[in-house]
Amino acid sequence: MAKETTSQHRDESTGGGTPVPTDSVDAALSAVETDGLSGYNYAYLDEHTKREVRRSMLKAVAIPGHQVPYASRPMPLARGWGTGGIQASLSLLGPADTLKVIDQGADESVNAANIRRLAENTAEVATTTDTTKADLIQSRHRIPEEVLTDDQRLVLQVPITDALRKVDPSDAANRRRHAHKNYGKMWVHLYENVVEYGEINIASRYPTMVANRYLMDPSPIPRWDVPKLDDANHLTILAAGREARIYAVPPHTSVEPLAFEDRSFTVERFPEQACHACGSTDTYLVEVSEEPGTTAGDDDTAASFETRYACNDSSFCAKRRENPNLPKDHHLDRSGVDWGPATPDGGENA
Amino acid sequence: MTLLEASAVETIYGPGCPDCLDATGDRAGTNQCPRCGTVVACAEADLDVAEGEVLGIVGESGSGKSSLAEALALERDPEATVNGEVSYAGHDGNLLEVDYQTRHDLRSRDISLVHQHIRDGLDLEFTGGGNVAEKLLSAGWRSYEDVRMRVRELFEETEIPVARMDDPARTYSGGMQRRVQIARALATDPDLIVLDEPTTGLDVSVQARVLDTFRRVQREEGVAAIVVSHDLGVVRLLADRTLVMRHGRIVESGLTDRVMEDPHHEYTQTLINSVI
Amino acid sequence: MTVLSVEGLSKTFDVHVLDDTQVVGLDGVSFNVREGEFLAVVGESGSGKSSLLKCLYRTYDPTDGRVVYHGDDEVDLATCDDRTVMALRGTAIGYTSQFLNEIPRVPAVDVVARPLVEQGTPAETARGRARELLQALSVPAELWDAYPATFSGGERQRVNLAQALAPDPDLLLLDEPTSALDPETRREAIDLLETALGQGTTVIGVFHDTDVVAAVADRVVVLDEGRIQAVLPIEEFDGEVVR
Repeated sequence: MAKETTSQHRDESTGGGTPVPTDSVDAALSAVETDGLSGYNYAYLDEHTKREVRRSMLKAVAIPGHQVPYASRPMPLARGWGTGGIQASLSLLGPADTLKVIDQGADESVNAANIRRLAENTAEVATTTDTTKADLIQSRHRIPEEVLTDDQRLVLQVPITDALRKVDPSDAANRRRHAHKNYGKMWVHLYENVVEYGEINIASRYPTMVANRYLMDPSPIPRWDVPKLDDANHLTILAAGREARIYAVPPHTSVEPLAFEDRSFTVERFPEQACHACGSTDTYLVEVSEEPGTTAGDDDTAASFETRYACNDSSFCAKRRENPNLPKDHHLDRSGVDWGPATPDGGENA
Repeated sequence: MTLLEASAVETIYGPGCPDCLDATGDRAGTNQCPRCGTVVACAEADLDVAEGEVLGIVGESGSGKSSLAEALALERDPEATVNGEVSYAGHDGNLLEVDYQTRHDLRSRDISLVHQHIRDGLDLEFTGGGNVAEKLLSAGWRSYEDVRMRVRELFEETEIPVARMDDPARTYSGGMQRRVQIARALATDPDLIVLDEPTTGLDVSVQARVLDTFRRVQREEGVAAIVVSHDLGVVRLLADRTLVMRHGRIVESGLTDRVMEDPHHEYTQTLINSVI
Repeated sequence: MTVLSVEGLSKTFDVHVLDDTQVVGLDGVSFNVREGEFLAVVGESGSGKSSLLKCLYRTYDPTDGRVVYHGDDEVDLATCDDRTVMALRGTAIGYTSQFLNEIPRVPAVDVVARPLVEQGTPAETARGRARELLQALSVPAELWDAYPATFSGGERQRVNLAQALAPDPDLLLLDEPTSALDPETRREAIDLLETALGQGTTVIGVFHDTDVVAAVADRVVVLDEGRIQAVLPIEEFDGEVVR
């Protein structure tokens, strides 16, 4: 048994594993790259597992919006951190593919970087932060600002699979409701929402009808992104690791957020706001609080923070900083693409 | 015009045997088959309900009145075997054989059940208004203002304070919850409402007012009703015609005042005489 | 013109709870009632007066005989089906007993209006008619929106009578509707009955009081132990109810 040296890890179960020098995370990872991967199958999962995941995806594509069970495997990341998404991604990726991973809209977050690295190391795929260059995009919380095409696949990580759980914790009862398209309780939820707030006030996981048949939880994407799923060119796979369910929105499928005739679905609005970095007014913005750059003095008071708005999609924001008029469909040889709210027409913005 | 017609309706719990029907019922003095142990909750039940008419079903607990009413209200107990034929003016075919979807559609629009136990009929975490709205939304209403207006109208009609419309149903009194159930049952203008023990759990002073509300609305809307109760007073006040059940069989039927004042069957005479 | 022909009407009660004792209520009763006539049924207590009215209204199932009602169609009330009885009760035949059988906490005006509402009269129109009737029977206006359960016996009986008159039936069966009224109110009730009669309503009534019989009746049926003792024009009726 290797003696713990500088490690501060609590993991002592090294028996049978590969002893890893643990001076730093990077050193550990480089050790894994050289030695640790021998014995692992291509793309981490064994071929039978990947085949099973792909079969579930095919079934999910065949029944849009319907939750298909699959044998979710333990992954080298904690459940709830994208284990479903990474299983879906790894089952789809081939050596010629280019992968993009985003978390909270950013490619740089620790979680996104870890998932990207796992795919890089085990599936030998190229990675990118450029939405338009990716063959497969794994994401949590966002659908990119740039229009996805019929060559691209989007994998969304799903924490909670069933939209109905909001109104009834019983999965058994909810499965019966799905089977019979009985969504009365969800409608009552919307009704009471309007009673309370005067409008439908659901921030994320907005209940959405797929192909006019199944009610779907579109994962924690903001309302802003939900319309992008409607009649999209790309395939969206939604995968949950903990709940072991996969569902899908195939290309050109109708996706309709539940709403009343006289209380319509609305997306988030950012009146009078623009991204402080690139100046965009047609993208999904988030508030960022930052310490003023110069002083490092007393930071207890709110006044020492500054609230600003910034693009949530950091990769597209970088492009906009280069070219403030870049349309969201700049990479397509057509214009007038309907992609989410306030999409500028390519022709008008060129 | 006949709205609902039932013949040979039976609900049994158990394997059943050829002797079940002969060995149970009023003459046998039991509803359990002595040979195979099957409980014949109700059997050989024939009845019909005309448009706008109120039919009462009385009997003591275990007489089969709720089993019969549930079969007619399209409630399904997976433990039970239900046989017989029920035809309904708004549907082609036997109501006892409809699939889930048809049953759901009929229950949303045509035939409402007011459960004996409030918790079976209401979601107490929803608002009172939301419980009524659910019926409309399930039936496909998609205009918020229309739903809102109809819910308010039903609250007024069933005399629930409109100001309480947006409070959670769990904060309502028992009488108000019962009214919400009635409002909900009436929401989509059904042809038939089945009321199972409508006074269960209510104070005597509240009972009368709830019954009066129901009777008034029932008459104004012209909706037919089947009222199940062990309480002769409830049936006397609400029902035009009455069935008396015992040991799973209908032992007597007729105009309510006739059954109450000129009971023919020995059991009915006992029942009437036992009322103080 | 005959409105009602009663032929050999009998009623026997099989009282199972008393060792299957048979109790004879009516025994071969026959008489005719003419349109617009006021027929009083008299007899001692237990002579079958109430049983007769209840058989005519089908609250009791007659054991034998016919009760032919000559309405739009000829109907045997003794044997026709329940729904036919219900239809006639709603429109053509009214009945009121000594006792008001109503849900507590229903205002008097709604009690009186109820039969009209059940016939499809709009609620406000029905209430208007109910107020007229309560007024005519001298029920104080402040009681109209109160609950009859809290009224005196006389007040309740007037509400009861108003309810019977509200739908303006062709044939009205009255079972001691004035027994609890003081002489003055009784006079008003009788006036109201005579008005009803003037409009062509046929009345068969059981009255506690021979004064009332003398004042309103055209003919008298005298019952004794379930049998008809005599059917007399009022002029020949001497107030003696038995023999």
